[in-house]
Amino acid sequence: MAATQAGMKRFYTLFAVLAVVGLGVLGYLLTRPATVSIPANVTVQPSDTSGFAGYVKGAATAPIEITEYADYQCPFCQTFATLQMPTIEERLIKTGRLRWRYRDFPLQQHPFARLAAHSAACADEQGKYWEQHDRIYQGQPEWAGARNAAPLFRRYAQAAGLDLSRYDACMESGKYAGRIQADLNSGVQLGVSSTPTLLVNGRLYRGRFDSDAITRLVDSLARQATR
Amino acid sequence: MIYRMSAVLLSLTGLFVSAYLYLYKIGKIGSLACGTGGCETVQWSPWSRVAGIEVALIGVLGYAGLLAVSLASLQPGLVNRRWPAALLLVLAGVGVLFTVYLTYLELFVIHAICRWCVASGVIILGIFLAALLDRRRPSQIEKA
Repeated sequence: MAATQAGMKRFYTLFAVLAVVGLGVLGYLLTRPATVSIPANVTVQPSDTSGFAGYVKGAATAPIEITEYADYQCPFCQTFATLQMPTIEERLIKTGRLRWRYRDFPLQQHPFARLAAHSAACADEQGKYWEQHDRIYQGQPEWAGARNAAPLFRRYAQAAGLDLSRYDACMESGKYAGRIQADLNSGVQLGVSSTPTLLVNGRLYRGRFDSDAITRLVDSLARQATR
Repeated sequence: MIYRMSAVLLSLTGLFVSAYLYLYKIGKIGSLACGTGGCETVQWSPWSRVAGIEVALIGVLGYAGLLAVSLASLQPGLVNRRWPAALLLVLAGVGVLFTVYLTYLELFVIHAICRWCVASGVIILGIFLAALLDRRRPSQIEKA
């Protein structure tokens, strides 16, 4: 009986040690800082924006250009990107009537906005900017509330067919922090204060954010241009 | 008794493994410690959910249940009863079948192996064997 009691005591000691070690490891993993972060308010160097003027899709000959300043973590930007942009792309961009320029405008209150912008910039290195852009917006409900969004962006990169070793190196370098900051600064200079903000042929757009309104606007501007 | 103790320790280990995978999946921790990179492929595949529920969460709940049953089976009033071992055997058996299904998906559908899933498979198999051996041992009550 005493031997059994001693055996039980040893067992419960082992159980307690295992529980403490396991909880300790999980606790450490939950509280450690994110491994990748993109600094804000960095000093923009000339090399950060050399040859870069936003991410562009659409024909260079398109008569109308819209520049979008957006934040990947902004819910309204997400709705616009996932619900309105597919129609705008089909109707206007693919038909050569409109050129779209995307610029980052990460808001301070969104902790993953710069990380998301940097992830898309790293995808751009491998010619997959828009694939990653779309995946990040589509996945916003999934990552916006996460403690660390980096693994989710990495998963999107993998799904987009990126070379993950190059992607990881790019993310760890934080090399596009200056470019993102430069986009933000340019938006501030133009009067952008919220997201998404559209500039139509360089002028701030104050109209509705739906594909029908933008189609009417593009048609109207195209008619004016041909008069 | 040793088999039930083994089942307790294995269930606790399995609980931590599945909790680790679940916390990763919901974005609460960083990247997975997985040398092959297959873990992410598996964890983010369409088969990482069953009926809308994360497989890792099913693991957490399953191992928690196994832990509760195996711990209860060590209590003085139950230690010589055979039904806790039978219940443990049934639960672990379901776990083994589920693991076989998941391993099939990894090998032939997803074409990627997650080391943590393999670890969980070994653990559930260990619990099943412990429950089987416990079930086969002569009943103390019958002897008394």
